[in-house]
Amino acid sequence: MERSDRKIGFLSAVPITVILMLSFTAPLLVVLLFSVMPPKVFTLAHVPDFSSYGVLFSQGYYRSLLWSLGTALAATVLLFLICWPLAFAMAKVFKGFTLFITVAVVITLFVSENIRLFGWVLTLMKGGLIEGHLRAWVGWSFEGALYNVPVIIFGLVYVYFPFMLFPLVQGISMVPDDARQAAADLGATRRQIFWEVDLPLSAPGIVIGSLLTFVLGAGALAESKLLGGQAVIVIADEIETAFTYGQNWPLGSALSIILIIIIGSLAVFGVSRVDLDKIMGRRR
Amino acid sequence: MPPEPILRLENIVKRFGAFTALHHIDLEIDEGEFLTIVGPSGCGKTTLIRLLVGIDEPTEGRIWLRDKRIEKVPANLRPTCMVFQSLALFPHRSVGENIEFPLKIRGETASRRKERALELLDLLHLPHDFYDKRINQCSGGERQRIALARALAFDPEILFFDEPLSALDFRLRKKLEKELKDLHERTGKTFVYITHSLEEAMVMSDRIAIMRQGRFEQIAVTDEIYARPISRFVAEFMGEVNLFDVEGTASGGLRGRGVEIQANATGGGTELTLPQGTQGALMVRPESVRFLHPGQTADFIVRGILRASYALGSRTQYKVESSEGIELAVEKLRQDRFMGNVGDEVVLGFDMQNTHMIRER
Repeated sequence: MERSDRKIGFLSAVPITVILMLSFTAPLLVVLLFSVMPPKVFTLAHVPDFSSYGVLFSQGYYRSLLWSLGTALAATVLLFLICWPLAFAMAKVFKGFTLFITVAVVITLFVSENIRLFGWVLTLMKGGLIEGHLRAWVGWSFEGALYNVPVIIFGLVYVYFPFMLFPLVQGISMVPDDARQAAADLGATRRQIFWEVDLPLSAPGIVIGSLLTFVLGAGALAESKLLGGQAVIVIADEIETAFTYGQNWPLGSALSIILIIIIGSLAVFGVSRVDLDKIMGRRR
Repeated sequence: MPPEPILRLENIVKRFGAFTALHHIDLEIDEGEFLTIVGPSGCGKTTLIRLLVGIDEPTEGRIWLRDKRIEKVPANLRPTCMVFQSLALFPHRSVGENIEFPLKIRGETASRRKERALELLDLLHLPHDFYDKRINQCSGGERQRIALARALAFDPEILFFDEPLSALDFRLRKKLEKELKDLHERTGKTFVYITHSLEEAMVMSDRIAIMRQGRFEQIAVTDEIYARPISRFVAEFMGEVNLFDVEGTASGGLRGRGVEIQANATGGGTELTLPQGTQGALMVRPESVRFLHPGQTADFIVRGILRASYALGSRTQYKVESSEGIELAVEKLRQDRFMGNVGDEVVLGFDMQNTHMIRER
């Protein structure tokens, strides 16, 4: 019985394994191989050298990398601060209203990210919704809020809001009310309950939410292009340029690999620290 | 000098919307006593303890801790503490950290905290190597003790218990009940315990308060609750009981259905009186009823047929159906068990000193 179960399990895993090998692992392997090719070649039939990796520092690509990681980090921290109170209310205070908020947030995902960001461009640009109205009504004119680093971070916060909110709600709802009441009963103030009970017990949700927003934010392109107007060049932008205008596939591949290593190790570290089974509601 | 009340409830009312959970409750808890509040589920005992602990506020009324009013003081500012039904241990902390939690909150040093935690492990008969264990490595009984140690670390003026033993198996529960009673004697603290289990209440308490539908039905020392219940509800709640409907007669005696009453057992000079024409219930516990052999007599006699017998270990219980169709329970110690067969005609008797009159209100 157990052997046939195992066989069925193996057979049912075959299709998805094949698809993943072909669609996920194979391209990654190609990228990995291209990254060690000499610059500006279009086949893999060359003697490997690691010159493309050296370019990261010599030509200042590391700055793009830092901008990407920095904006993603800022967005993640801001999102945590913004989402925590709302997530707490959704998990512990609101009842039917939680469903309303959930639906409202999810509905925004039905519209493509680029279109939503264009909406913000039209809102924030000079002559846009805000500046245009202010100029028309009170005669106050300014340069619009676009094309700077804060607006890029704002874009990241806006786009990745659900990716922080829902894991946090899930994490906070895992904190037993009894544990909070017991802590209060044993003399803990609200602040102490937050640090000693809420935060550690909802850590899985916090880690998942932070990883999602950071990983997605670090690879994000549209916010810096549309809202930031390339006030800074993020790493995803550099990679795209290397593959397209730059016609330098090895460079693009090398930058991709560096980004993948940084984000991948972060994700592996984070996930290894939390009990994923618990947040999925599964018992071991 | 009687002990001063440490906690006093005055006219406590708690409403949830249109539902009134507690109706004008008064209660005095004495310093150092072990008081158990017993009642069926839904009687309001959990609501009451949440008010006492400070998790909820009463809708009306006052709670005094000695001479301070505390009904609006939040839980974290009250010098009292509760062992939760779920125990509410912190799963992400070690046993030691759990016990030290209230000390850490108070800002005591790590060495002082550990010293106290080890003392408490000793007090609760847990080995010192538990200090570094994780909560999920501990059994149910060990968790009980850890929760108790954590509450004692807080050094509360009153320790509340919200049915913490209800999830344990029978043997462990019996063991911990006795340990809890011993702990009460050793610490000298005031314990207030709530439960729906009469047996738990009987084993541990100095006094028992019986709750029913948001009110106290009777508050008295354990023995009095058992022997002199104030109502049928209390009598029936406190274990097996036989009740006979009786009525006061013009001569000052009693007339009962299903029971023969000897003339000298009731009326003037005895406790078993009822004003003429009023109803009451004559109560006798199963262990006070005996089987009469021919020629023996008793103050009260019931004739019937033995319908069943149940071995309860140290005791045997018999079910007897009286000639009027009333079912009676009789209990004997195993070595005194009745040598009769199911279906036999039997005569039961009991005496006035073992009976109690419940007057209808």
